[in-house]
Amino acid sequence: MIYFDNSATTKPLDSVLQTYQTVATEFFGNPSSLHRLGDRARSVVEQSRSQIAQLMRAKPEEIFFTSGGTEGDNWIIKGTAMAKRMFGKHLITTTIEHPAVRETMKQLEELGFEVTYLPVDKRGFISVDDLKAAIRPDTILVSVMAVNNEVGSIQPIAKIGDVLEDYPTIHFHVDAVQAVGKGVMDQIRHPRVDFLTFSGHKFHALRGTGFIYAKAGRRIEPLMAGGGQEKDWRSGTENTAGIAAMAKALRLCLDNEDEKVARQNAIRKNIADYVSTFEDVHLFSEIAPDFAPHVLTMAIKGVRGETIVHAFEGEDIYMSTTSACSSRSGQESSTLAAMNVPQSLAQSAIRVSLDEANTMEEAEQFKQAFRRIYTNFQKLKG
Amino acid sequence: MQYSEIMVRYGELSTKGKNRKSFIGRLNGNIAKALHDFDDLTIRPKRDRTHIELNGTPAEPVMDRLSKVFGIQSFSPSVAVEKDMDKVKQVALELMNEAAAKGVTFKVETHRSDKTFPLDTNGMNLALGDFLTEERPDLIAKMKNPDVKLRVEVRREAIFLSTTTIKGAGGLPVGTAGKAAMMLSGGIDSPVAAYLALKRGVDIEMVHFFSPPYTSDNALNKAKELTAKLTPYVGSITFIGVPFTHTQEEIKAKVPEGYLMTIQRRMMLRLTEAIANKRGDLVIFNGESVGQVASQTLASMAAINDVTTMPIVRPVATMDKTEIIAEAEKIDTYELSIMPFEDCCTIFAPPAPKTQPRIDRSRYYETKIDVEGLMEEALSNLSIDVIRPGQEFLNQDQDIIAELL
Repeated sequence: MIYFDNSATTKPLDSVLQTYQTVATEFFGNPSSLHRLGDRARSVVEQSRSQIAQLMRAKPEEIFFTSGGTEGDNWIIKGTAMAKRMFGKHLITTTIEHPAVRETMKQLEELGFEVTYLPVDKRGFISVDDLKAAIRPDTILVSVMAVNNEVGSIQPIAKIGDVLEDYPTIHFHVDAVQAVGKGVMDQIRHPRVDFLTFSGHKFHALRGTGFIYAKAGRRIEPLMAGGGQEKDWRSGTENTAGIAAMAKALRLCLDNEDEKVARQNAIRKNIADYVSTFEDVHLFSEIAPDFAPHVLTMAIKGVRGETIVHAFEGEDIYMSTTSACSSRSGQESSTLAAMNVPQSLAQSAIRVSLDEANTMEEAEQFKQAFRRIYTNFQKLKG
Repeated sequence: MQYSEIMVRYGELSTKGKNRKSFIGRLNGNIAKALHDFDDLTIRPKRDRTHIELNGTPAEPVMDRLSKVFGIQSFSPSVAVEKDMDKVKQVALELMNEAAAKGVTFKVETHRSDKTFPLDTNGMNLALGDFLTEERPDLIAKMKNPDVKLRVEVRREAIFLSTTTIKGAGGLPVGTAGKAAMMLSGGIDSPVAAYLALKRGVDIEMVHFFSPPYTSDNALNKAKELTAKLTPYVGSITFIGVPFTHTQEEIKAKVPEGYLMTIQRRMMLRLTEAIANKRGDLVIFNGESVGQVASQTLASMAAINDVTTMPIVRPVATMDKTEIIAEAEKIDTYELSIMPFEDCCTIFAPPAPKTQPRIDRSRYYETKIDVEGLMEEALSNLSIDVIRPGQEFLNQDQDIIAELL
């Protein structure tokens, strides 16, 4: 089996599952309980928080645990809207955000907030000048993703941060769900970035775990009201085992990051160079420094993406059309639409997404399978 | 730069006349204790300074320990060079390149105890000064208050060069002032008071009251961990846990509410005095600060102090809370102190304790309980531990958890 759908989800590592199992059995107490079992569970949560903070170059009190990327995005955006609605009702985001951001913005629009959606160019990048022009006195939030999940473009987070230095009251949120272990830490840890969203299952931890970074001094309203966990910011009994597993997975993922990024880049380039020799292949992702090392989105003109995905499945190779979330509901890709890709071509899009475990050997097998599938479809079209 | 020795200068000791010898003996004993796990060091005490030969040990961790030994005024890491002027010049330049930024002022200061060395003090100052200004034209020689001082010591065995002087912890060597019992609660104030006692040379033993099951293991462990935080200043500290449950229950049952706190404190003080007498401690230290809480009004202090004639020293008595907190942060006990575990002072705290208790009433209410019997019971169940630097009590799972992460 070749798994090339890592932007959809990653396979949990055995050692991470081992940590989950051990913590779930031996540290099962409620971290809020006063007795020894509670203390021990609380120690696990706090030690995990410290480890994650250290890996993210943050302070432990700036890390809050969530159930994943969708919650993190919802929380930061709605939490900012609630906390800052007295100061303004204007938010800025992009046309290529993950639905967790886009749909949250739509909900806010229904509540009377105004949202500016920044367009992207043909390559999938927003313009910093557009952003500057969109800022108003009543702007309370700028939310821009770090790495686009459909084509892999790395948005100019540091440059946006520089612009926002002049607007210190605006919250700057970066959805960094696709950015872990992809060599973009310096960008997302730009000092002007106030909030970051992360999801555990994108780096070999488990579904249902995630965390946000919230810069010390920045405040958002809680979405989850209740027992006052996470310093009253996010109520709900802590997922002790999931949190510990996530801390471990993050450490393993960021270990030797440069080397892993280089390897993914090499595999990606190898595949891209090969498939672009075929006449009817179109690449949406570029082999360039401003693209993430793990996402390669392409199309075989005239063949629906869904069909190609199933053809590869027949070869025991797994990938997605574009984002896994939208592929089942049959929505067309919003990023490709925003890039002004004609609908006929967008329908043909497929996404290969790598992680550090993929090998050059797998790339070679993929290439052979690609040749077979391509030739087959040419015949059918013939 | 690989340093060859650290020169330690004594502080206030110089003024202590006849006691000098025993003070220096004690200080060097404390230095040896603080550095006991560095195997390759040679410590050579002298009349006015101590030389610690590193023999290849890195200087940083050694200096880190030294910075917590009371009685040291300052110390300087230095490099030993054989008596060859070319080599001395080379090392002097290296040291200056490390210590002196572009354009700063400097001075060479030579001491020559080996009078057989051909260059005298002035000759050495000139030779090195000339060489350095030639190699580093940006440097400016300045005799009064230069930015960087290059110290040169011509000794029999070698020539020692140094540019850095680090301020020591000051105070007096722990132990030179005698032994005392320190009442340690677990709050912010008492660790600071303990630190200040150590700083004046007092060797302390911690006396901590605990009341299971009303207080948790964590409250006891927190007090122990606070003690561990203070051990680097002295080597090790004896921790005496006094079981206080029965006494508190008796007081609660038999004494009017307004006097609960006062009688409790009187019992604590009595017990501390008894422990001090038994163990040869001359004085009691505590962390009381005038007016901070009901038990620390002058009237309360008088009513509580009534049970003993042993001197009580209160190092933080006149400090503001903010000053105490600043000090606690400096010695790294603050974060621990504010951890929310109930201690035995808070669990039986009455809603409205008397802030102006009367001595006669206190004495009268106390007749309602069996003072002697309760004391005997507590004293025969003391738990005594010796606590050493680096010991952890609160998060004993830390290593197990680290393994999982």
